Amino acid sequence: MAAILDLHLRKVSSAAHLSSKCCSSGQQERDSLPFTECGVTVQKHQFVSFLLNFLREQSSPALAHGTPAKTPNRPRPASDAAGQLSSDRRHGQRKSRKKNMALGAQGRGGRGSQHSDEMGFWDTGSKKPGRGGGHSRSREQLSPPSTLNFNNLEDFPPVGSSPISISKPSRRINPTPVSAERPRSKPKTCFTSTPFTKLSSPPMGAEVLDGSMRVGSPLSLQEERELLKRENKRAQQPAASSPCLSSLEPCTPPKTGVLGGAKVTPELQTLCPERSKVTFTPELDLLAELYCACISENLVPNIFLELFFVMQLLTSMSPPSNDAEEQESFSTTNSGASSCYLKQVHNCVYFAVTVLENQFQLVAHLDKGALRLLAENERVASFSPALRDLLIQAQGKMSTFIHSVPFQPDTDNRSNFGNDKAFHTFKKQRDVFYEALREWEDLHNEPGWNFDASLGGRIRGMMNQLTSAGNHSHFARLFLKQLVQMCKGPRMSGAPGEPPDADLLEMLGADGLGRLKRLEERLIQPHGIVGPCPPPSFPGHQEFFRDFIQTASCCQLNQHLQDSLCQQLLQLDEVSILSPSASIKEEDEDGDMEQQDEKQRFSSVLLLARLLAKFLGFISFLPYQTSERPSREIQEASVALRSKVSVPVLDVCAVLDNSVRRRRTILTVPWLVEFLSMLDFVGPLLLCYRTALGTLLLLYRRLQLRRCADVCYLNKLLLVSVLGWLFHDCIPLVDQQLLYFCCPFLSEFRKLLAAFVSGSTAKSGGIIRKITPTSAELKDTPIANRSQQKLQLEQAFFHNQPPSLRRTVEFVAERVGSNSVKHMKATLVSELMDRGEKILRDKLKSLNFNTSKLNESICALLCDAGLEALERATRFCDEKSLEAVRTLLPEETSPTVLRTSESITKRLAAEKACSWLSIRFDRVMKALGSPDSVNVSGAEVPVNISFFFGVACRYKSEIPAEIMFSFI
Amino acid sequence: MRLSRAEYKDIVRATEQLRPTRQCMKILKDRFPNHSQSTLLSIFSLEYQKRTKRTISRHHAADVVESHYQRYLNEAKARPAAPVLLEMANEVDLSPALMGRLILDRFLQDVSGEMHSKAVLNSMLKEPSLIPDQVLANNIYQCTINDCCYGPLVDCIKHAIGQEHEVLLRDKLKERNLSFLDENKLRTMGYDKTPDIILEVPIAVEGHIVHWIESKASFGDDYSHRTYLNEQFWSYWNRFGPGLVIYWYGFIGELDCQRDRGILLKDCFPTDIVTLCHTSHQQSPEKEDND
Repeated sequence: MAAILDLHLRKVSSAAHLSSKCCSSGQQERDSLPFTECGVTVQKHQFVSFLLNFLREQSSPALAHGTPAKTPNRPRPASDAAGQLSSDRRHGQRKSRKKNMALGAQGRGGRGSQHSDEMGFWDTGSKKPGRGGGHSRSREQLSPPSTLNFNNLEDFPPVGSSPISISKPSRRINPTPVSAERPRSKPKTCFTSTPFTKLSSPPMGAEVLDGSMRVGSPLSLQEERELLKRENKRAQQPAASSPCLSSLEPCTPPKTGVLGGAKVTPELQTLCPERSKVTFTPELDLLAELYCACISENLVPNIFLELFFVMQLLTSMSPPSNDAEEQESFSTTNSGASSCYLKQVHNCVYFAVTVLENQFQLVAHLDKGALRLLAENERVASFSPALRDLLIQAQGKMSTFIHSVPFQPDTDNRSNFGNDKAFHTFKKQRDVFYEALREWEDLHNEPGWNFDASLGGRIRGMMNQLTSAGNHSHFARLFLKQLVQMCKGPRMSGAPGEPPDADLLEMLGADGLGRLKRLEERLIQPHGIVGPCPPPSFPGHQEFFRDFIQTASCCQLNQHLQDSLCQQLLQLDEVSILSPSASIKEEDEDGDMEQQDEKQRFSSVLLLARLLAKFLGFISFLPYQTSERPSREIQEASVALRSKVSVPVLDVCAVLDNSVRRRRTILTVPWLVEFLSMLDFVGPLLLCYRTALGTLLLLYRRLQLRRCADVCYLNKLLLVSVLGWLFHDCIPLVDQQLLYFCCPFLSEFRKLLAAFVSGSTAKSGGIIRKITPTSAELKDTPIANRSQQKLQLEQAFFHNQPPSLRRTVEFVAERVGSNSVKHMKATLVSELMDRGEKILRDKLKSLNFNTSKLNESICALLCDAGLEALERATRFCDEKSLEAVRTLLPEETSPTVLRTSESITKRLAAEKACSWLSIRFDRVMKALGSPDSVNVSGAEVPVNISFFFGVACRYKSEIPAEIMFSFI
Repeated sequence: MRLSRAEYKDIVRATEQLRPTRQCMKILKDRFPNHSQSTLLSIFSLEYQKRTKRTISRHHAADVVESHYQRYLNEAKARPAAPVLLEMANEVDLSPALMGRLILDRFLQDVSGEMHSKAVLNSMLKEPSLIPDQVLANNIYQCTINDCCYGPLVDCIKHAIGQEHEVLLRDKLKERNLSFLDENKLRTMGYDKTPDIILEVPIAVEGHIVHWIESKASFGDDYSHRTYLNEQFWSYWNRFGPGLVIYWYGFIGELDCQRDRGILLKDCFPTDIVTLCHTSHQQSPEKEDND
């Protein structure tokens, strides 16, 4: 492989040589892989992994210098490592944990094992179905002592004792020979994990695959490790040592930027990259072309991992060095040219910009904030003004803005106010409120800007006017609506991809590489920034609302807010949740589809409840907040006082008991946790909260990480996560800066649940997947943009219409879409089944049947049927939507509004039906056509025809050949 | 017309010495032949209003008014047929219409005492024949018709132009089959702040969602735009979401910086419109290809 690449590069320039090191690593690879000569496919994938590693190796010097001071947290602690195989995702965040969780860690030994317990279950649960439990004991049994000696302090020094030098990339070297393990190029757990601190073990991988595929024997790994050690010793400059020298697994060089996000400012005197100083341009072009081809063909394990790498290159920093000297060394010594292609920052940036240009279609689908940061990156601008212009254009296409709360005559016109004065006061208040919000957006990140100093006067003036006009309830309503609109989190109905705090990101703007780096981290690894247990916080716009409440300091407003929050919360808590397992059993129903909807609805309700609960908690405990823990005497006195006098705003015990009794903890607990996370110092000592916390603790303990194969696994995971966060430290909560359950996980909630439906989560390790590459669907950009604009217009249409209009449209679309699928199943699909069955029987009779031909004919049948089904479903939706909407909307609805509502309903219903149908058809087609094909989304396709055929299917087998066997 | 700030500043500089007269407008027009007369007049008018705001107080001082009035009386007596007031206004660099108002106000104090009403004053300005003094009536009339910035005549013209453009806007909307609610309809529904137009079904203009449209038959300069933003446009946004402002006589291009925030500026009715287009989807695909 090295030879192939070498050959290519030689073609370009005879002076160019690949490094001897590179060749030798290629040699190692070849030696350790018995598959080298086994045909093109394997070769291709080996080449890909070789190329990826080659690029990383080449760039490691430049990237190593770009890495600010290392935290010594990368090597896993000995005790932890002994007890746990791979909690790589969590591993890097360990330093954020300060203390033992007194309750959770009882009797489980020290710090390390506590980590492994709390975090390890993710991995055991997600990656290794069939393995029992998240107990460290069971993981110990999995640990292959012969393979990797975790107790070897040299290999795995404990945290804090690491002698690793500052400039050395502290990435854990991964000895897993991946390419051999992935003959079918199935996405593997290791690639979905974070790009660093990676540690996968051969037996784990081997367990997933057939035993015969095993090639990475413990012995060869040991050997590689030895080689690596020698290599490391040989390297004079620690930074020059390759982090992934002998590894075949593509890995990302040290992350630029430090966990915790505090030290993002480049500390080194950086060399300004210049286009004119780029060397090896033809070779770089060729490398970029090869690399882009790998990305375009999705041959890489994870395109976003690669994008991350490219951005690292873009932002890489070299120490100031003598250019001339460097260049001379390139040209004279071929043997020493091991890292010459991407050693210099000029070359790195050139390569990165070339790749970004080539992959613009992919880049263009990043969120707007990312695009803006990229467009404002001066390196992009100086290396390719054209790319910058494209980036600027791409931003413009997806305009997202905050929405205001619409004026609704029903609730907002004069008749809703006691007198003219109140009406006109509120008119002014609305404008003052938004003025403050806009000012905050513009300025709150400016250094020296202070909320109270800048807006305090206006807000308090407004409160006085509200008080004199008695308008608090109106304002509270506006306030909460705006809060929900801006902070509820991922839009359930809109297009995916916009991270919940994109607004915040956008507001940050770009003034340097530090921010872009942080952005990279967010793109690829949202967990990496704050760790799994950040303190409770008010991210994004929530901060505005919190500061507003604090600054307004208006007891009337707070009371109205509390009342309204409480009422909404209790309503949400009562929202009916259909049991997912129940709907699965009802195969009669289009259970799968309704389950999806249910999950979306549930996660929407859950996110809203959590937001409201946090603010309810904030307001309720605001009067009691102190900056420091009060003395014991004061605590006791205030417990005595508060337990007698003050009535808790929310009867948490009753809510919780009720929820437990009705088995609805999955909804109640997450929001209660948000509420309780706002408790003041004394709060937890009060009987009502103590009891509730006790109940939660019991719940938490009972949720022992028993691996359950059923659909509830993720439910439990959520509960464990939120509770684990709440109980991170001992019970008196707030003094330890109560830790806040990480939003990234929650925003992934819907995705996770959806992935689970397709049965992929446990197998492909999708649980903690950060970004699901979905761009494969978006081939036609203009159409995507146009339809995106239409979607925006549709959303906007509802904005100024009464809420009931939207409810009607959504309801009708949901029902009509569902009915359409039912109708298709009852008619077309059952007929299709009969025909399929006939084909099978015929072929079976003919005796000399051949599977691929059979597949072909079934494919052809399905293809036609699929198209017909879509067409018929759409027609059904059109007719029924029209009738229903006309009947349900008020007679007085204007003709244009009516027409628009009709067509939105039609579209929604047809979309729902068609997506359900086409997913099912596609699955079967894929299963028939290419059982080995790489699945772009990373979500494993259930190769199961019965999945599509639903009720009508009588076969449980996986592929047509097997269906036939059931006949024999 | 969308002017860059530099272009705008050039024009403003050229207006600095001009008087609100037809002759001066001609000078301005000749100096900037590429700009429409309406744009130039609108910019001049805005600039002249700023100038007047800065200087008007010095003409309102009681002693100044008295000396103006005495001078008028003397000169009108000497030359009853001459446009005395107009000349005086030009001489002291005050708008003729405002000079007329000042003198008439002083005149009415003599005729009907301190307590004459503003309404009487305004009606006499609008209809000089109501003024009991024939010579003064002539002078007031001359002032009114020779002022292109102030006075009842200009107010009337401005009002008519505003109306005309609103009608124009409604016509364009009807032409495009976009249904809307206008200000009057909105008032009856109890809206507290009302733009000229609210679209029943929003559209996308140059990729930006538009819920409402406000028509301004003037040039959008910094001062007026800031005032409109604070008093109108943001209020509309706060209630109806993002919208479009049409400054028919142009604006300073740099002011169109709130597009992402939801306020879009145009100097004409937009052509790049994307609609949900559900009814005429098949008939007019070209509309959709604009984006």
